Amino acid sequence: MNNLIVSPAPHVHTSNTVTKTMLNVIIALLPALVVAVIYFGMGALIVTGISVVSCVLFEYLINKFLLKKACTIGDLSAVVTGLLLAFNLPANLPWWIIVIGALVAIGIGKMTFGGLGNNPFNPALVGRVFLLISFPVQMTTWPVPQGFATKYIDAVTAATPLSAFNEGATEMPSYLDLLLGHVGGSFGEVSALALIIGGIYLLARKVITWHIPVSIILTVAVFSCILWLCDNTYMDPLTHLLAGGLMLGAIFMATDYATSPMTHMGQIIYGVLIGIIVVVIRTWGAYPEGMSFAILIMNAVTPLLNHYCRPRRFGENPKK
Amino acid sequence: MNYLKTLFNGIVKENPTFVLLLGMCPTLGTTSSAINGMSMGLATMFVLICSNVVISLLKNLIPDKVHIPIYIVIVATFVTVVQMCMEAYLPDLYATLGLFIPLIVVNCIVLGRAEAFAAKNNPLASLMDGIGIGLGFTIALTLLGSIREFLGKGCVFNTSIFPEQYGMLLFVLAPGAFIALGYLIAIVNKITKKS
Repeated sequence: MNNLIVSPAPHVHTSNTVTKTMLNVIIALLPALVVAVIYFGMGALIVTGISVVSCVLFEYLINKFLLKKACTIGDLSAVVTGLLLAFNLPANLPWWIIVIGALVAIGIGKMTFGGLGNNPFNPALVGRVFLLISFPVQMTTWPVPQGFATKYIDAVTAATPLSAFNEGATEMPSYLDLLLGHVGGSFGEVSALALIIGGIYLLARKVITWHIPVSIILTVAVFSCILWLCDNTYMDPLTHLLAGGLMLGAIFMATDYATSPMTHMGQIIYGVLIGIIVVVIRTWGAYPEGMSFAILIMNAVTPLLNHYCRPRRFGENPKK
Repeated sequence: MNYLKTLFNGIVKENPTFVLLLGMCPTLGTTSSAINGMSMGLATMFVLICSNVVISLLKNLIPDKVHIPIYIVIVATFVTVVQMCMEAYLPDLYATLGLFIPLIVVNCIVLGRAEAFAAKNNPLASLMDGIGIGLGFTIALTLLGSIREFLGKGCVFNTSIFPEQYGMLLFVLAPGAFIALGYLIAIVNKITKKS
């Protein structure tokens, strides 16, 4: 019965399924993973592996023993959640923290609300923010990007461009380093270029539309540009765009189907507000990076946007 | 027999936190550790019992038109007693609970039981209701506080169970209160609806 969706005619049949969409997202995430392995070595692979395996395992266990529903791990959404969660973590995070993050992401963020499609918040971000607040020391100890390393735990740590700026550093990494990913940070977010390549693939396969990513990126660019022109001590707009989790968030996390608005109008409002909140948190907030918080806040507003941005029904009088 | 029923009614069937969902502000605000939760529960229980009995005794003398202000005055009297005693004898606890002690005046459990029970029943039944609801509230707050302290700091009633660095700090902070309370209510619902 779950496959029966009642909607008004005309009906168009496509061969598109949740599994195919998720597979496309996984493919789009691969360039970023490759860059992460190049810069952070085995640590990135190990963190990704633990995260994906534990996400899938928790979804299986919760479905089987708590909800007693049909198994849903075949739709690959748990794999995507695991990948996105891992991409938001430092490459040298202790394994038990990753497992807790996966449990929170799948258990609290997704299955509590009834599984895929019913979750109001992006599960991977729920997991990440939970870890960030619970384990602030481990979550902000970033390994140095030193080329392919086989060690899992690196003793040397580096600051992310955003946290360095927040603490008053004057020497920022070059734009090329930011674009390629030769900076400290969560290992999936460092390379803006790899993420943009993934984003273009998603756009080409029509998995996402341009509305959310473009409105977020444009808003951040315009807003930070205004701030920067007013006062040169604020971060410049290009660093804003390339550093931190902005690209990862704008392309992969804000565009999550279940947690973003349905209409294009709603998506643009959603994107603009995410952009404004990110710049506000980065500029005046206590945390150096605010992408995950911004997306979660706007996830909460999504039902409201869906309500006010409903498309006009055919034959309805708009003036009424 | 009837009085016993009233007593257990407050602990299980009409548990103020898990079933009636009243008094959420102190529930979420003061349960960062088991000891804080229990103290808050006991303070509220004392006020609840006293105000229930007094209001039940005075119910025929209180004019209907001004009954709410009079209830508030009675409740506020006992809250002041608790506040001053706590400040005098348990200054550390008073500093932690802070504003939540005077806020018992506007706790909807206290006023709600005065309005819904004490104003209609005899003093003995009201006493039992006060004890029952108060115990229910205390148990709920202690349970929530223990869970949050256990997950957040790895200890219960300051007795260490696992090293503190493995604790999930979020559970000591405000969001943890909402998450833990939500799951507790879900578990309680699951158990009570089965039987």
